[in-house]
Amino acid sequence: MTSHRLDLENVDIRIDGQPLVALDATIGPGEVLTVMGPSGSGKSTLLSFLAGFLDSAFEARGRVALDGRDITVLPAEERGIGLLFQDPLLFPHLSVAGNLRFGMPRHTPDKSRRIAQALDDVGLEGFGDRDPATLSGGQKARVALMRLLLSEPRAVLLDEPFSKLDTHLRQEMRELVFDHLHQAGLPSLLVTHDRDDAAAAGGRLIELAD
Amino acid sequence: MLLRLTPALIVTLLVGPIVAGVGMVLLPAFGYLPALGGDALSLAPWRALFAQPGLAHSVAVSLTSGLVTTAVSLAIVLLFLAGTSGSRLDRWLRRLVSPLLSVPHAAAAFGLAFLIAPSGLVARLLSPGITGWERPPDWLIVQDPWGLSLMAGLIIKEIPFLLLMSLAALPQLEVPRRVAMARSLGYRPTLAWLKVVAPALYPLIRLPVYAVIAFASSVVDVAMILGPTLPPTLAVSILEWFNDPDLSHRFLASAGAVLQLGVTLAALAGWWGLECLARRLGRRWIDAGQRRRGEGCLRRIGKSAMLATTLAAGLGLIGLALYSVAGFWRFPDALPDTLTPQHWLGTLPSLGGPVSTTLIIAASATLLALLLALAALENEQRSGKYPAEGRLLSALSLLYLPLIVPQIAFLFGLVVLLESLEARARMALVIFGHLLFVLPYVFLSLAEAYRRFDPRWSQLARTLGRSPNATFWRIRLPMLLAPVLTAAAVGLAISIGQYLPTHLLGAGRITTVTTEAVSLASGANRRVIGVWALVQASLPLLGFVIAIGVPRLLWARRRGLQGAP
Repeated sequence: MTSHRLDLENVDIRIDGQPLVALDATIGPGEVLTVMGPSGSGKSTLLSFLAGFLDSAFEARGRVALDGRDITVLPAEERGIGLLFQDPLLFPHLSVAGNLRFGMPRHTPDKSRRIAQALDDVGLEGFGDRDPATLSGGQKARVALMRLLLSEPRAVLLDEPFSKLDTHLRQEMRELVFDHLHQAGLPSLLVTHDRDDAAAAGGRLIELAD
Repeated sequence: MLLRLTPALIVTLLVGPIVAGVGMVLLPAFGYLPALGGDALSLAPWRALFAQPGLAHSVAVSLTSGLVTTAVSLAIVLLFLAGTSGSRLDRWLRRLVSPLLSVPHAAAAFGLAFLIAPSGLVARLLSPGITGWERPPDWLIVQDPWGLSLMAGLIIKEIPFLLLMSLAALPQLEVPRRVAMARSLGYRPTLAWLKVVAPALYPLIRLPVYAVIAFASSVVDVAMILGPTLPPTLAVSILEWFNDPDLSHRFLASAGAVLQLGVTLAALAGWWGLECLARRLGRRWIDAGQRRRGEGCLRRIGKSAMLATTLAAGLGLIGLALYSVAGFWRFPDALPDTLTPQHWLGTLPSLGGPVSTTLIIAASATLLALLLALAALENEQRSGKYPAEGRLLSALSLLYLPLIVPQIAFLFGLVVLLESLEARARMALVIFGHLLFVLPYVFLSLAEAYRRFDPRWSQLARTLGRSPNATFWRIRLPMLLAPVLTAAAVGLAISIGQYLPTHLLGAGRITTVTTEAVSLASGANRRVIGVWALVQASLPLLGFVIAIGVPRLLWARRRGLQGAP
């Protein structure tokens, strides 16, 4: 597996001149950095900044580099950063396979075989033609994870991805997600307010103040 | 980038023609129109205008119809919403809003005329049993001199409009919580709604209300069908002067158009006075703290008035259908003796041309409006800049400009301007004219769904490596297909119903089902009118059938989009 590195250099986000979040960290290949904090502590603002969606009401300073390349001013689609949300957000007008295909880089060889393989990996063989609306919550979450991985990101942001799952599914999905991210050698940043998430991630933990 | 220019383009497109049109009405109104020999400013057009017999009466009818129509429609809508309890009747009435809104004004007006005329359906149903009439009474019910039937016809059409606008605004107000709070303080539900929801709702529907005032005080097609004739309303008089073969009447018509602007402004000012009065009385009523007095009465008024206007509209359409196939139909008989396809067969050969012209104009105007609205909304999403809503002087309120400046006042100056520029592409001009009125509705209809669309869908698509354009085409547009098609259906319905822009900008040479139907108003055979008005009423329904049907077919295997807005 290839290995990637995400550097956050003196990131400092302010609103109306008031400091909101400040972070300086390096996330190595396969490593998960967990950022914890209560709501309103700027967790999601930090993610928006890293992914490239920061609202113009905020001022951000600092540099984000992916494998040494400055991506701070790149548009979201050119950053190579993937996102996993609270909800699986499978596009309702595409089939399961269509959802997976949507994120794959244009010149990926053998798309259909890879899709079938990916579905196989998470125990969803033969689900390609299904309407995403007919899947269970856990199945949707697994498709969302596979869509993220097939899009071949070089770093991943996780926005409380387990908070809406049932308790018994939550542990299972944590293992699945972190295993895959680790195997793929992806640097990941997890924001959460659940201590168990941080424990399962197993990496460093940064706590944001109010 | 092109996208970034669309807001400016839209504003220019809407404001430019109106300013130019009003300007080209003002000049001839003061005697200046070199093409017709008016080289110097003078007050002669005004002297001629004030010398017109019955002018004061025309003005009075226009003014009162603007105020009365709006006050009655708004009162019925508010009382209905206050008293609605989720019963089957309520839901049924709400569901009829969109189809009723899509019925063109002219068709609804004909329907009402056929219903309440001395020999109409109502008189037939009541005769001779209740009334004892063996022949139609010699009463002037339709086209009465006070404009009462005109106002009734307008009320039938403005109620669905105000109801829909209110239903769109209500979700912002957290109605259940407000009402529950007031009920816990002992207020009966209807009074609770009127005292805690209505005052918050009104500011949100103020612009649509103003549009109703302006429309009702200056409408042409409905007034030609239901309005008084000797003299007609001011707007109809202006059109008659404008169409006069003696071109010098254009000066008179221009002065009249300026007067119409004044009348509409006066109606708006009068409404503003009523607003102040209502606010003061309303506050006293709220302060008085009655919790149940008058509750049942108000609720019943709201419900029965809503039922009556809905029934009138529905029965009117049934009346049109009945007349269009009626053979011999003796007076007090409720139903015709014989049915015949003869009127349809006779009209069929002349239907084709106007129907296809109508559809071409409607489709072109709607398509342009959709492109502009989508571009503006997409630009809004990408730039993250949203216009401030609710304020009276925001970019959004400019959208209402073509709906608030009386059509007759600026369209007709636009015609004078285009004539002097020797613009000949009549079809293009008519389409452009329709666009002025289609665009606001398409934009307003689409904006809500577009702005409510969860931004995470697009963010997700971007992080999966798709460009903003790909995100628009492959995610946003397919997922918003249903609201986009609904907006298109609204646009089609608005365009199909337009009379004045087609008539004036087409210089009478472009015939749509609407211009044809309206031109039959003066004295044509009721059975032929029935055919035309029914065709006119059914064309917009086609758009709504497509808007509902296509997403269902296309997304038949996608449950996630079935219940989508």
